Amino acid sequence: MEIRLQAVDIHKTFILHLQGGKRLNVLKRVDLTVEAGECVALTGPSGIGKSTFLKILYGNYKPDSGRVLIYHLGQWINTVEAEPYQILDIRRSTIGYVSQFLRVIPRVPAIEIVMEPLQRLGLSVQECRVRAEELLRRLNLSESLWTVSPTTFSGGEQQRVNLARSLIYPYSILLLDEPTASLDEKNRAIVVQLIQEAKRRGTAVVGVFHDRTVREALATRYFNLSMEESG
Amino acid sequence: MTHLKEPLLKVMGVTKYFGDRVGCRDISFELWPGEVLGIVGESGSGKTTLLNTLSFHLEPTRGTILYWMEEEGPVNVGQLPESKKRHLMRTEWGMVRQNPREGLRMRVSAGANIGERLMAIGVRHYGRIRAEVQRWLERVEIDTDRANDLPETFSGGMLQRLQIARNLVSRPRLVFMDEPTGGLDVSVQARLLDLLRALVAELHLSLIIVTHDLGVVRLLSHRLLVMRQGEIVESGLTDQVLDDPHHPYTQLLVSSVIQA
Repeated sequence: MEIRLQAVDIHKTFILHLQGGKRLNVLKRVDLTVEAGECVALTGPSGIGKSTFLKILYGNYKPDSGRVLIYHLGQWINTVEAEPYQILDIRRSTIGYVSQFLRVIPRVPAIEIVMEPLQRLGLSVQECRVRAEELLRRLNLSESLWTVSPTTFSGGEQQRVNLARSLIYPYSILLLDEPTASLDEKNRAIVVQLIQEAKRRGTAVVGVFHDRTVREALATRYFNLSMEESG
Repeated sequence: MTHLKEPLLKVMGVTKYFGDRVGCRDISFELWPGEVLGIVGESGSGKTTLLNTLSFHLEPTRGTILYWMEEEGPVNVGQLPESKKRHLMRTEWGMVRQNPREGLRMRVSAGANIGERLMAIGVRHYGRIRAEVQRWLERVEIDTDRANDLPETFSGGMLQRLQIARNLVSRPRLVFMDEPTGGLDVSVQARLLDLLRALVAELHLSLIIVTHDLGVVRLLSHRLLVMRQGEIVESGLTDQVLDDPHHPYTQLLVSSVIQA
């Protein structure tokens, strides 16, 4: 049993100052431990805080209290208390995150978006390119699109670029927020296959999967956030 | 950006008054080597005053700024003799201004604008200066045929790229930028941002960038300070501050952005 990630006693409230200080209590006393090779599917009705929880695990949202412990390069780091550069360091080499939407950078071609995480780790341009091409080919992204900025891509094309970007490096933790939402059946199956490969390598996966087929294929365990909240 | 024991810059309680009006107050933070720090806030929030105070274009009323020099280690910048401050500004530091006309010498050629910085750090070999000028013009996407032209004949975007080349040619360790994309057309902005993004990664630059454009900091900066009425109201990892803002003012700033 190799634990990769541990969320302890997470509470999250949003205070909307522009709406008269309205409080949204989203997460209460959430505990989750994830081991290498596991895939935990977050479940519960929409609006219960599944994406919020994933964002907290990624260090994108800050919980009111609790700890998020990440096993990073041989040591445990609590990202709730960590310095910004430590979180960036963790994202560079330990946690991959796939959001529902690609943040497109004008002028940067798809292939470079995919290569970037590897380049930041110091791999040669040539090596990064080969791996990016391999992955984009597997994800059936038409070769004519590789050198184009994804600004004009369809939702499904953008999502595949997004996935390739996070699957190009064998992160030990993968966070997936609806990774197949805008894909057709054929590409969905390929993504499932790629994530299964990551699990076999020992990646700890936490995800929100709306698609039942995808969820059932990938999940080794379900984690219901609504039950967690009342319990 | 890696784990490093020593920061590049340590700012402690820096305050600037203009008479009894507050420019910025009690500003403290550290900047690490290779880190890009964004400072955001609306007009009049004190962000440009802070930048000018940090870079000693304005004398701070109070507070201390420590800078880790390449050779000598930490120095209290405020106590350096004027000549040494100026030397630092020309060598280890760079300053990119919103209006490139203020940061360039408009009466000498584009090439000379770049070459001059090299001469200031003691490069004397003409061939080497020429080669570096060429290389930098290419790097900032200016046609090398234009090396002998006066900056006056350049477009706004070209001027800004020239100013960046002038600053980076001497390989500074710390660069201050004040609204580098301000006043440029959107398509020109995108090109400049893309260039800056590549340069920051390539040269392992430490950068303090002041802007009111949240898109710019989202793309470039690792960490963010939000300023209001001269003070820091929120700080942290850039995407955390922008996606999960806690302070009422930050929430207002973020929600005021019109999504294209």
